[in-house]
Amino acid sequence: MTQGQPSDKRGATTGKVSIGTRLKLYLALHRAEMRTSYLQLIKTPIATLMTIAVLGIAIALPAGLQLMLKNANTISADWDGVSRISLYLRPDIDATEADDMLVRIQSRLDVETAEMIDKQRALEEFQNLSGLGDALDQLDENPLPVVIEIIPTKQFSTPEASQLMVETFQLIPEVEVAKLDLEWVKRLYYLLELIDRFILALATMLGLAVLLIVGNTIRLAIQNRRDEIEIIKLIGATNAFIRRPFLYTGLWFGLGGGVIALTLISGTVFWLAEPVNQLALQYNSQYFIQGLSFPEVVQLVLFSATLGLIGSWVSVSRHLRHINPK
Amino acid sequence: MIHFDNVSKRYPNGHDALNHINMHLDAGEMAFLTGHSGAGKSTMLKLISLVERATRGEVWVNGRALSKESNRKIPYVRRDIGMIFQDHRLLFDRTVFDNVALPLVIAGTPHRDIGRRVRAALDKVGLLGKEKLEPIMLSGGEQQRVGIARAVVTKPPIILADEPTGNLDPELSGEIMSLFQQFNQVGVSLLIASHDLGLIARMRYRTITLKGGNLVSDGGSV
Repeated sequence: MTQGQPSDKRGATTGKVSIGTRLKLYLALHRAEMRTSYLQLIKTPIATLMTIAVLGIAIALPAGLQLMLKNANTISADWDGVSRISLYLRPDIDATEADDMLVRIQSRLDVETAEMIDKQRALEEFQNLSGLGDALDQLDENPLPVVIEIIPTKQFSTPEASQLMVETFQLIPEVEVAKLDLEWVKRLYYLLELIDRFILALATMLGLAVLLIVGNTIRLAIQNRRDEIEIIKLIGATNAFIRRPFLYTGLWFGLGGGVIALTLISGTVFWLAEPVNQLALQYNSQYFIQGLSFPEVVQLVLFSATLGLIGSWVSVSRHLRHINPK
Repeated sequence: MIHFDNVSKRYPNGHDALNHINMHLDAGEMAFLTGHSGAGKSTMLKLISLVERATRGEVWVNGRALSKESNRKIPYVRRDIGMIFQDHRLLFDRTVFDNVALPLVIAGTPHRDIGRRVRAALDKVGLLGKEKLEPIMLSGGEQQRVGIARAVVTKPPIILADEPTGNLDPELSGEIMSLFQQFNQVGVSLLIASHDLGLIARMRYRTITLKGGNLVSDGGSV
């Protein structure tokens, strides 16, 4: 063709520049895009605010439930302290020996209270609770052992410490079986796990909603700027260049939604703090409702921003392809 | 600079817009493309700027065979071409300066060079001092000159103009044409689609005439 003629060298390329300069240019470009997309959003404050409010609510719901779960976990951790240890004594131990033992156990430093359930009381309780009353009457002899119920002191009430106590008690010759009663703690644990999964499912659905909301908002923004996109495509803009402002818009939406969610959650925690405190006092507890910790705040905002970015990415890659200059 | 090698274009609706076109525009050459509406002028410009692709044959632009350029490469082909439109196609939500700066921003020109080059382009079209205005505040002729400044700011080797004087009175059209002559004098290739036969006749440049998708004459002034 026309190779070798001087005008061939006048191409509109950027030519050779160092990587450092290119990086600086790139960063400057991104800063400018961030600013432009931000300014574009605050040009229509009501519409923008409404969008990020919807995003904020969608994010606040699972995040708030998660916070509630965290509080429930703290409470149940407190209750772990009320673990009970049951010592089932050997059948040949008589009442006096058992009394001696009770006194010895009560004097231990790691025991808060110890209570004896003698054979007779054990039988009555069993008859009442099991519904086998008549059948038990047929027995010649009371088959139930003497039981000593122990509640450890607060200091020794962690699962590990009480487990250690159980092992010590097991070594006492008069004790047939020493058992740590953690059934109800386990039940609570499973219940909380169930709630945890429920929240995860809810979070997934609402996260998807956030993606769709951002995606739809960006789709409308793309359609509004259709002419502009066609023009800048005609003067040589790459898809990446056209995509960028929309991605930043999505990022801003996500960040805004995160901040709104944070405000909603913090407001609710503040609003609930007083009644929770009053309620706790009724139970002689110094319990205070827990808000979001700093890492959780950062996590929430980052999560929300990422959702915004992904939502706009999906939308932009779907819709930009169909806009071509005519 | 621009070369059509036996190019045909059939649109998906079956309309044959161009039939076996052979045409060559040298580097530094200026030519008019004329014919009635529907003759295929716009289609030829669209094939050069890769808005459409040829059905048969090959279009060469600045040494590139366009059928071999993937869609991803289209922006880079277009950066070698300054495009001027009848309806100017300016962005009305930004200033004259930002409109003219856009091709430089797209090409990743360092910030400190942008101001200088935009002012140089605006100076060339006689709009220096109006850079802070919005396009809507300008007259039709001035808007067209903003469009021209935007097309030449990156100093592309090729300028395509689609009815650049379509909406302008003869005096303003003359001014625009003399701008084109100035660009041509510094070695830019220009292909100008126009049906303003009077204007073309006065200019005495090579004129390529299309009729019903066929090239019917190519040579001196009509």
